[in-house]
Amino acid sequence: MKLKGRAIFDGKVEGQALVSSSPMSFYGGVNPDTGEVTERGSELAGQSVKGKVLVFPHGKGSTVGSYVLYRLAKNGVGPSAIVNAKCETIVAVGAIISEIPCVDMVDVSKIRPGARVRVDGATLEF
Amino acid sequence: MHLTKEEEAMLAGEQGHATRKAMQILVALGKIYDAERLVKVSSVQVSGVSYKNLGDAGLEFLSELAKDGKARVKTTLNPAGMSLTDWQSQGIDSGFAEKQLQVIDVYRKLGVEITCTCTPYLAGNEPSFGQHIAWGESSAVAYANSVIGARTNREGGPSALAASLTGRTPLYGLHIRENRVPTIAVDVEAQLSLPEDFSAMGYFVGREAQDRIPYFRGVRRAGLEDLKTLSAALASSGGVAMFHVEGLTPEHGLGTKNIEALTFTRKELAETDALLNDEGEPDFVSVGCPHCSLTELATLAKLLSGRQVRREFWVCCSREVKRQGDEAGYSKLIEASGAKFALDTCMVVAPVEELGYKVVSTNSAKACHYLRNAGLKVRFMPLEECVVEATRSR
Repeated sequence: MKLKGRAIFDGKVEGQALVSSSPMSFYGGVNPDTGEVTERGSELAGQSVKGKVLVFPHGKGSTVGSYVLYRLAKNGVGPSAIVNAKCETIVAVGAIISEIPCVDMVDVSKIRPGARVRVDGATLEF
Repeated sequence: MHLTKEEEAMLAGEQGHATRKAMQILVALGKIYDAERLVKVSSVQVSGVSYKNLGDAGLEFLSELAKDGKARVKTTLNPAGMSLTDWQSQGIDSGFAEKQLQVIDVYRKLGVEITCTCTPYLAGNEPSFGQHIAWGESSAVAYANSVIGARTNREGGPSALAASLTGRTPLYGLHIRENRVPTIAVDVEAQLSLPEDFSAMGYFVGREAQDRIPYFRGVRRAGLEDLKTLSAALASSGGVAMFHVEGLTPEHGLGTKNIEALTFTRKELAETDALLNDEGEPDFVSVGCPHCSLTELATLAKLLSGRQVRREFWVCCSREVKRQGDEAGYSKLIEASGAKFALDTCMVVAPVEELGYKVVSTNSAKACHYLRNAGLKVRFMPLEECVVEATRSR
């Protein structure tokens, strides 16, 4: 399947989809040193975002979350790409400063967990 | 989004790496929020200062920008995780202090004024009505929009800094008049006699309003201290970035057609007070969230005069307000009681949970909110009672 969205930060990568159906908080929700999701109640709790195409509706929580994405990337445990239904400030700024390819305005419910996803600018193929 | 020739050049990297990165952030935000263009800002308040939140990566990011980036407009700074000069007496670990001072040096290199306060409007960063600004620090955002009538969205650290490095911000949200109209009314029936009543009301309404724009009816008078603490509370329990007070704030005439209304009576006031009080004997008392005004220093001086504090007592304020307090003779009286000025920092951003305290007395609902998140117990009480609590023997 091919989906066309909007590129927030351009890039070309391929990876396995890690999908959260609920919004994600990076500050306090993801361990910046290990990439492990620590947010209580999250369906991804205990899983690592490292190297994954991370799919979730949108970000939430403190704006410090942008720096958490940056720390993840610097520590080599960040996602390879981010796909959102609707990107907001925390994730957009985080993706740009960390240079993580980021696409939004796509129907994220179409992406199955574990699917192999190719991200190219505003286009997703899986 | 339309960019001018100069802005295109910034985005293309013709004015250096930092300007380019900043422009990328602003253009992406403009795209997300359908801004038609960027708008010039007259001042910036940068959040993201405490090393506790930034970590090494945040410090590295800022250092990277400081290689060739410079503030293009007046830019002031949020509080740090400690006093920049008296961190030792605050009990701060030297490893933390070293990193925190590095963060400050990088901001200085970026051309940011090291004001370290959440009340820039009391410390020389005073926008005027209608001006576009890009501020972080949620309480200052609510104050600037609502009380001053300047225009800002709720910026995060990097987006505020991006505005500083380019002198611009995307034109959307609260920068546009139509988006500043009230979206929820609050009928105030409770009698608000102290700033702490405004703080409790803000905490209650913030939870109900989330990111809507409250319109308060029935408030007869409100001073700077009332509005300062109301702003902070509204922005901590909810995401309120602007409010109006009928007959008082400059844009209250924008209209209240067809909006839902809440009531805030004596009952809600008492319930909120109770909600903000845990069990326990306070071992730490702190006032100044947001940072104290000169009027608050005057009150403290009067209350503390001739008395001794028996618990750690922090009076958080900016260096500018402290200086005014020195001139007026208030600081001397406050310090003679054994109370400590906590300059450049506050109980919310300093690592208070690591200083060994368990139960904090404060007159700020916002502080209660964040101290609880950090695992401490809280007691919410008026300024005068904070002094009683700090000075009474056990």
